[in-house]
Amino acid sequence: MTTNNELPNEELKLLSQIGEAEGPWDIFRRLARENKLALISFIIILLFVLAAILAPVLTPYRFDEMDLANRLKAPSAEHLLGTDEGGRDILTRMLYGSRVSLLVGVVPTVLSMLLGALLGILAGYLGGWVDALLMRLADIMLAFPSMLLAMVIMYTLGDGLINIFLALTLVNWASVARIVRSETLKLRESEYVEAARSIGVRAFRVMLRHILPNCVPSLIVLFTLNIPSAILTESSLSFLGLGIQAPDASWGLMVNTGRQFLYTAPWMSLAPSAAIMAIVLAFNFLGDGLRDVLDPYMKNS
Amino acid sequence: MGDKNVLEIRHLRTSFFTQKGEIRAVDDVSLDVPEGKITGIVGESGCGKSMTARTVLRLLKYPGKLVGGEILFDGRDLTKLTEKEMAKIRGGEISMIFQEPMTSLNPVVRVGKQVEEALRLHRRLPAREARRQAVAMLDAVGIAEAEKRAHCYPHELSGGMRQRVMIAMAMICKPKLLIADEPTTALDVTVQAQILNLMKRLRDNGTSILLISHDLGVVAQVCDTVYVMYAGRIVEQAEVCELFDHAAHPYTRGLLGAVSSLGSGAATLETIPGVVPNLLHLPAGCAFSLRCGECRADCAGHLPELRECAPGHRVRCHRIGEVSA
Amino acid sequence: MLLNIAKRLAQALLVLLGVALAVFIMLRIIPGNAIITMMGEHADPVIIDRMTEELGLNEPITVQFLRYLKGAVTGDFGTSYSMHRSVSELMGAAFGNTVKLALAAAIFAWLLGIVSGIIAAVRKNGLLDRLFMGVSLLGVSMPVFMTAMLLQYVFAYLLHWVPISRVTDWRGYILPAIALGWNSAGSIARLTRSTLLEVLQADYIDTARAKGRGQLGVLTRHALRNAMLPVLTMMAVQLSSMLSGAVICETIFSINGIGRLAVQAISGRDIPLLQGTILFSTALVILGNFVADSLYAVLDPRIRRGSES
Repeated sequence: MTTNNELPNEELKLLSQIGEAEGPWDIFRRLARENKLALISFIIILLFVLAAILAPVLTPYRFDEMDLANRLKAPSAEHLLGTDEGGRDILTRMLYGSRVSLLVGVVPTVLSMLLGALLGILAGYLGGWVDALLMRLADIMLAFPSMLLAMVIMYTLGDGLINIFLALTLVNWASVARIVRSETLKLRESEYVEAARSIGVRAFRVMLRHILPNCVPSLIVLFTLNIPSAILTESSLSFLGLGIQAPDASWGLMVNTGRQFLYTAPWMSLAPSAAIMAIVLAFNFLGDGLRDVLDPYMKNS
Repeated sequence: MGDKNVLEIRHLRTSFFTQKGEIRAVDDVSLDVPEGKITGIVGESGCGKSMTARTVLRLLKYPGKLVGGEILFDGRDLTKLTEKEMAKIRGGEISMIFQEPMTSLNPVVRVGKQVEEALRLHRRLPAREARRQAVAMLDAVGIAEAEKRAHCYPHELSGGMRQRVMIAMAMICKPKLLIADEPTTALDVTVQAQILNLMKRLRDNGTSILLISHDLGVVAQVCDTVYVMYAGRIVEQAEVCELFDHAAHPYTRGLLGAVSSLGSGAATLETIPGVVPNLLHLPAGCAFSLRCGECRADCAGHLPELRECAPGHRVRCHRIGEVSA
Repeated sequence: MLLNIAKRLAQALLVLLGVALAVFIMLRIIPGNAIITMMGEHADPVIIDRMTEELGLNEPITVQFLRYLKGAVTGDFGTSYSMHRSVSELMGAAFGNTVKLALAAAIFAWLLGIVSGIIAAVRKNGLLDRLFMGVSLLGVSMPVFMTAMLLQYVFAYLLHWVPISRVTDWRGYILPAIALGWNSAGSIARLTRSTLLEVLQADYIDTARAKGRGQLGVLTRHALRNAMLPVLTMMAVQLSSMLSGAVICETIFSINGIGRLAVQAISGRDIPLLQGTILFSTALVILGNFVADSLYAVLDPRIRRGSES
């Protein structure tokens, strides 16, 4: 951080002791050392990402390749995870489905964080009617049962990946905004922001240079924890037929089609369910681990 | 002296077992609490005085552990009792008050109920009788409108009141020994004096008290005998007048210097140079040698014995006999 | 304290009004005419005109909203297009089923969550702690449909403990309740453990031990009373969210509750019904949050009698 140059040496030393001046790489190393589970989770997520990118290379089939002669086949050497009711290879569809899940996990989460952080800082820093208006808006968004809200938005916008992005962004920004706002309020009163203002640094600069960097740890944690919840919501929407539509592949959609064949071809829904659980679990572990590493005051040991 | 001792601690050792190694918080401590007297333990924070107090009631928190020694109370060795037997002694025969009256009371339970609790546990009194005694005890420790205050929650009382409640709670079963761990540290000066007077009154009524404090002023006001602790060990023990008039250990003299220079309005505040040593890396010999102005070459090499330098006055220093007291 | 509650109530009502407006607007910015969406592209123009008239869709949106609000206050949410019955009647019938499911799920989740959370905290870092916390994280990470289908497969198909086809008596609620409560049990267990561990570090726990309380007494009389405050809040929020409709669970187990009604409204492109269910569900969530806040204030003397000190 460039701001460190302005600090006297002693404070710099103190900062490095309490972990503020750690770079991302230091944090990662500490995480890998202290929390093996988080490290394993990180590797699992990397594997999913690789699978999503390399999907066309990893499988000889296309995701929508029908083969009516081989419908509902149990796992075998040709079809490692079996085939579905249209004779499509389930492993292939899983690999392509991981693209949807990862995109749905990351894109709307990033968008809602950007939107939420922006509105949260504005509300917290400006206060007054801006704050009141934005926070009442956030209250309203948070009052909706999130699944129902996502359903209504999908109903209004129509299905498709882009609309899922929009729906999830709209569902999630409010909680981010609240957290960033309260963090901003705390920091606004703190001595060094006061000091910055007293020497005439402009409000906008204060916000960007001082408040945002301080929100970063909690935002990173929130980021890793919002990804799995977005993945779950997408799979639920697709499960209800309100998200991705066949012949495109999404894990939630695959579980839904598999449900009709639960007793005759359980592998159809088992594999995508397990994949959803694995990636959600991995992100949760990673988020837990990151929280412990980034925020020493929150851990209870 | 010559009276019976309520509590006799012999060669007590308590350690924290951390990843970096064993920390000897209490190292071979022996002390007596005579009946009807106030015995003080004084020292800087981290010297092991609170750990000694907690060890007596076996209230150690992980990773603290009793390593060895005896705690003789009423003819029994407390270190040998089961957790169940210990629970009977806590609050009944030995009770304890803590430093922080703000956080030591349960915030969601009315204070009257908290005072009654020990009575109902140890004496199995019916609710009405327990309440009557609790109110009487609150009154005795100087809480006005005790009946009404008993219905309050802790946050509705001031700090001094809360410490009075703590004392009432500790005294309700008429224990033989009261351990007070920095009972006045968190209070302001006028309240402090009231609480100390209350403790003296308790002593005059026959309660033996083990008082833990970092404040020599407090110790001088109320204690009969004083033990000075440094880095887990007792470095000096004497009757209170003897200690203040003829302090022998350089550390004790340093502590006294820091106090008297404040009182006399001297231009420079006398302090002991250096900081409390890291208990993980103590010298083999005298732990104070690192900060001692009279330290000689061999002081850090081997541990001095606790030797008598005057009747009833013992000190742990190689240079006793050489330096004038 | 009464003033505080009144203030919160007013706030809750304001949020509810905002929710009504938001739903109203959301359902009216559907690309194209709402009637066409409902009736299909090739509907008779005469019928479309008549419907538009009937629904008042040709009036300004503010008038429409006020009329809707007036109806909603008196319990009239209009008539469902796909089911040809009044929306409030449909919701009333569905809510009964949702309540049964939610109560069963909540009791399951709370018992399991609180007990395992307490055990995990007391045996911190022990085998049971690791086991319970692993399972609870699994619980939090499992999508409801997966739990539901797994339960169906194992207990209905493999073991025949419960019938595969849906029964309407209490036995029909066992699997749905477990499926729905599983997630909540996980989060309750984690919260119980962490607050209890925090409370057990408090000074007043030492005081209680110094008084002679044994481990069990310290736990039940001192620690739990404090640790349960945040857990109770979470319980209230969970119950209200279950009551507001368990969309996935009700769909999988074919329980005719509020959540399934909302799904049916969407597939039937039934705007009055969808509007009604969403408003109803959201009102329940707001009510739940309000109850949780008030509960906290009532149970925590520091907040309840804060004004006196």
